[in-house]
Amino acid sequence: MKNELYMPAAVLIIAAVTAALRFFPFAVFSGKGKTPPFILYLGKVLPFAIMGMLVVYCLRGISLGSSPHGLPEIISCVLVVVLHLWKRNTLLSIISGTVCYMVLVQFVFI
Amino acid sequence: MEKEKISSKIIKKAFKASVPVMTGYIVLGMGFGILLETKGYGVLWAFLMSLLIYAGSMQYVAVDLISGGASFAAMALTTLMVNARHLFYGISMVEKYKNTGKAKPYLIFALTDETYSLVCSEDENEKGKKKYFFLVSLFNHCYWITGSVAGSLLGSVITFNTKGIDFALTALFVTVFVEQWKSTKDHLPAITGVLVSTICLLIFGAESFLIPTMVLITFALAALKKLRREADEK
Repeated sequence: MKNELYMPAAVLIIAAVTAALRFFPFAVFSGKGKTPPFILYLGKVLPFAIMGMLVVYCLRGISLGSSPHGLPEIISCVLVVVLHLWKRNTLLSIISGTVCYMVLVQFVFI
Repeated sequence: MEKEKISSKIIKKAFKASVPVMTGYIVLGMGFGILLETKGYGVLWAFLMSLLIYAGSMQYVAVDLISGGASFAAMALTTLMVNARHLFYGISMVEKYKNTGKAKPYLIFALTDETYSLVCSEDENEKGKKKYFFLVSLFNHCYWITGSVAGSLLGSVITFNTKGIDFALTALFVTVFVEQWKSTKDHLPAITGVLVSTICLLIFGAESFLIPTMVLITFALAALKKLRREADEK
C-alpha cells in the first residue's frame, strides 16, 4: 500500500473530492436557463442560517458538563458580540476575542 | 486612468476585508505545516496540499489519514463527509457568482468557510464585484499557503504558546453573524441556523451533526417560505 505514489495519489483524491463538492451546485444550478426560484430563495436566506451553523460548528468541541464548562468560549464569544455591537470594528472584535480566549485557556482555566 | 483608480480602491477594500482571515489562516496554516512536518512530510507537501486541497479542517484530517495509511476509499469518503458543507456555500452563491467570467472556476475552487463568510453578504455593484470576489479569494488562498509553508519551515523554532489562537476564526464567524443580524429585520433564517445546528449537535454529536443539520435547515427554510406565502395570501 505505502509506496512513493501513495502520498501524491492521496493529495489528488482529497483535492478532487473537495473541488467536486464545491463545483457541484454550480454545475447543477447555473446552466443556461434561469436559476430555479427555490435556489434563488435559498441564496437569499442561507447565508444567515449558514453563519449560525458555522458558529455552532466552531463551538462543537465544548462540553458543558465537564470543567471548564465551555466558559472560555462563552466569555470570549460574548466579548466579541458586545464589542462588535458597540464599535462595529471587525478587526478589533476578532483580536480582542482571540487574545481573551488565549489568556483564558492558557492562564485561567488550565 | 479611471479604471486604475477603481482597481486600487477595490484592492484596498478586499485586503481590508481579508485581514481577519489573514490572522486566522497564517496561524492555522502554520499549525498544519508543523503537524505535517512532524509526520515526515516536508515543505513541498505542505505547499502542494494547501495549493490544491485548500480546505482548512480537512487538511488536518488528511494528515491523520495519510500518516495512518488509510485506504483511498476511506479518504474519499471522509473528505465527502467533512467537506459536505461546501455544497451549501455553492447553493447560496450560484446567483452571486453568475457572470463572473473567467474568474468563476477559481472563485468556486477557492470558496472556503472563511472566504464564504466574506463574500456571502457582500452587495458589491456589478462592476466591482468580480474583482472584489477574486481578490478576496486569492488573498485568502495566499495566506493559507504562506502559513503552511512557514509552519513547515519554522515549526521547530516557534517558542511562544499559541494555544487558543485558532479562536480567531470562531471570532470571525461571530462578527459576520452579528453584522448579518444588524443588516436585516428578518432574523428567522439566522435563528433557524443556530437552533437547528444546536439541536442536531446534541442529537448526533460533534463528529456527524453537519449533514443532518444541512438537510434540516433546507427543510426548515422551505417550510418558512411556504408559511409566509400562506400568511401573505390571507
